[in-house]
Amino acid sequence: MVRGFGGAAAFPDEVWELVFSFLAADADRNAVALVCRGWHRIERRSRRRVFVGNCYAVAPAAAVRRFPEVRAAAIKGKPHFADFNLVPTDWGGGAEAWVEAMAGGWPHLEELRLKRMVVSDDCLELIARSFKNFGVLSLVSCDGFSTAGLAAIAANCRNLRELDLHENEVEDNCLNWISHFPESFTSLVSLNIACLEGDMNTSVLECLISRCPNLKTLRLNHAMPLEKLVSLLQRAPQLVDLGTSKFSADHHPELLSKVESTFAGFKHLKSLSGIWEAGPAYLPAIYSVCESLTSLNLYYATIQSPELLKLVSECKNLQRLWVMDLIEDNGLIAVASSCKLLQELRVFPSDPYGVAPPISLTEHGLVAISAGCLMLHSVLYFCRQMTNAALLTIANNRPNLTCFRLCIIDPHTPDYISQEPLDAGFSAIVESCKDLRRLSLSGLLTDRVFKSIGASANRLEMLSVAFAGDSDVGLHYILSGCKNLRKLEIRDCPFGDKALLDNTSKLETMRSLWMSSCSVTLGACRQLAQKMPRLNVEVIDERRGRPLESWPDDFPIEKLYIYRTVAGPRSDTPPCVWTV
Amino acid sequence: MSPPLEHDYIGLSEVPSAADGEEGALNLKATELRLGLPGSESPDRKDKVGLTLELLPRGFVSGAKRGFSDAIDGAGKWSFASGESGSEVEMGKGGGLFSPRGEPVAGASGGLLSGQGTGGKDAAAKAAAQERKAAVQVGSSVGNDRAMAPAAKAQVVGWPPIRSYRKNTMATNPSKNKDDADGKQGLGCLYVKVSMDGAPYLRKVDLRIYKNYKELSSALEKMFSCFTIGQCGSHGIPGKDGLSESRLMDLLNGSEYVLTYEDKDGDWMLVGDVPWEMFTDSCKRLRIMKGSDAIGLAPRAMEKCKNRN
Repeated sequence: MVRGFGGAAAFPDEVWELVFSFLAADADRNAVALVCRGWHRIERRSRRRVFVGNCYAVAPAAAVRRFPEVRAAAIKGKPHFADFNLVPTDWGGGAEAWVEAMAGGWPHLEELRLKRMVVSDDCLELIARSFKNFGVLSLVSCDGFSTAGLAAIAANCRNLRELDLHENEVEDNCLNWISHFPESFTSLVSLNIACLEGDMNTSVLECLISRCPNLKTLRLNHAMPLEKLVSLLQRAPQLVDLGTSKFSADHHPELLSKVESTFAGFKHLKSLSGIWEAGPAYLPAIYSVCESLTSLNLYYATIQSPELLKLVSECKNLQRLWVMDLIEDNGLIAVASSCKLLQELRVFPSDPYGVAPPISLTEHGLVAISAGCLMLHSVLYFCRQMTNAALLTIANNRPNLTCFRLCIIDPHTPDYISQEPLDAGFSAIVESCKDLRRLSLSGLLTDRVFKSIGASANRLEMLSVAFAGDSDVGLHYILSGCKNLRKLEIRDCPFGDKALLDNTSKLETMRSLWMSSCSVTLGACRQLAQKMPRLNVEVIDERRGRPLESWPDDFPIEKLYIYRTVAGPRSDTPPCVWTV
Repeated sequence: MSPPLEHDYIGLSEVPSAADGEEGALNLKATELRLGLPGSESPDRKDKVGLTLELLPRGFVSGAKRGFSDAIDGAGKWSFASGESGSEVEMGKGGGLFSPRGEPVAGASGGLLSGQGTGGKDAAAKAAAQERKAAVQVGSSVGNDRAMAPAAKAQVVGWPPIRSYRKNTMATNPSKNKDDADGKQGLGCLYVKVSMDGAPYLRKVDLRIYKNYKELSSALEKMFSCFTIGQCGSHGIPGKDGLSESRLMDLLNGSEYVLTYEDKDGDWMLVGDVPWEMFTDSCKRLRIMKGSDAIGLAPRAMEKCKNRN
């Protein structure tokens, strides 16, 4: 019973729990927990989902203790720039501490999602043995485990519904791990093994697919030959999300008609990916599903422009398109006129290091998309040239952008027509797109663009900056503005001590700050760490063996990772990392 | 518009370095990283592209080479020159710069710098600044040879920001897809691990994209820049420029390397003995072993070379 509430005090805890169960957002539940001790107690005992954006922000034991009834947990480890080799591989992000704490405190855990963490086979085995009702395992951009760990999951998780392995580095030492799913296992709904490198035993996989009638998502790896893929897919016409294996083979009319009929049999297919190495011979077989697709990922499909254009033009209901720059401006213009429901576009560079002749994908493609696709809100675009005028047009066309990530491949590239910096263009983006939550900058940029961002980007949560700015003032604009900034990652910018030290309290309102190849000195880090005990200031330097204490204050920092934490300095720092 | 001055990470702005790398705190030639006894010239690669790995000790310019014994003392710090993306099979579409997520070099060695005679933090910092600058400057490279195709650029670690995740590299070879469509090739890929003694991590190569030993050798050389295959192609003359019997002896007797492979039976064989197709069918993994370890294998290669010379 809750005291001192007047009439409402008569409600038993269960009623409040029911009320709180309608609060989906963690932020709302956090707010509820601050109202009074009673609500704090009720809320914590009824929280079912926990999201830990930085695995070092809180001690696992503390999290498990506070929320004893958690059923679903999501935890992230390494900083985002680990994706681009900027973070030493031994930096940390190990999952053991969390898995051990969860195994002890959350025996009813059903879902676990880990991102950018180091997960060992022992961890996987512990997961497999500890949670009786375990249903969902999602590992994204993780490493440290092998197919032997997956075999343990397969063998022991009787109620597994979802196994999602997305872009992990997985050692292949247990060739037949799929066969560890027992014959009685039928609960699979989603299987994503696209990142695995080894061959799969097709007949075992077919058996598994056949006995799982609820299977909706199947993403295979590259290895399976097309003939075997086809016979496998014929057993799962109910699929909603398909990632094929290799989509090329010697031309064979029989095989082609089998592929066509298989695809024609997919009545519910909404999402298509994989299509590795698609040759023009077999690609047309996909046309029958194009109309119903809402998501198409052609990242691995090395199709050239004419075929690409034809394919995407068929996909009238597409909401998400991931494609290589082989689509070129013409292709994007076709997308702009065919795919009116497009919400998310990602265009990746087929040749990022510039050795092949340049592809004709320019700012025009993106401008066309921004004009034609009224529902577009998320963009990731790699290109080689840009103008302020184009960015202005895009900003005016699409004020509903929430995510805008532009990567002009050569650092410091100016507006190629006016030779000016791209300040005006990006400023237009942040001023026009009031709901912008994520922004990545590129090209030639001065401090002026940061002034605009600091002033206008009020909803911005994540900002990525590279090779930009003139001085500390740039960083100061960001840290003194951007009210909702959570993650800031900076590389190769002339930002230094003053901006950091003038904005120390801002850092505690953010999840993390990454700075590499900037102008920060050790002295500033020491001052910062002393002033802000609830920040971990990690200096990463792989060059020296001597301990940090012996370095002088003016020592230039190579890499810096600052994050707020209630757990204090971590105990698993490798030799190249020092917590100041 | 002139490019803005680059600020190095200690806040000094340096005049963009001249193309010629002779100026500066370092004598780059002296610290050239290469295979072979000091004083011997190893064949220059035309398409050298400087690549900066953050693990590099300061004082090493990307693309520069040095005497091999120093390399060993240097606790395995590696400087890599990356070739065209076609041969960098590890990178592929998703490739950031070449490094997979292997273990890093364990432990920085501060003593390394003094060992190189650069002396003092300032010189090191300056050298590092030069290195970083050179690495970042587009269209320029450090090192001594300027004979670079305009398309080749100095590469920067982690830029462009693409996931460095092992992916199929077929995208970088569009011509291959035409072959597939014609039904001529379409054999897919054959990735084998390549380990090099002393290297902190392994690489993988797709044997199917090479047509002969020479291509494989040059690709591996690009990957592990101080590397030379210790034998000849299966037919014809010795593959490497300037490879002679006496040089081979130097290579094999010194701390140099030979390329070996593990075949289907699990035996370690010297690469180059059998026809290329047979090799790709039977090769399970590659190992670049120290010549001194390969003594048992070397004499055969020696015999072959002698006969062909």
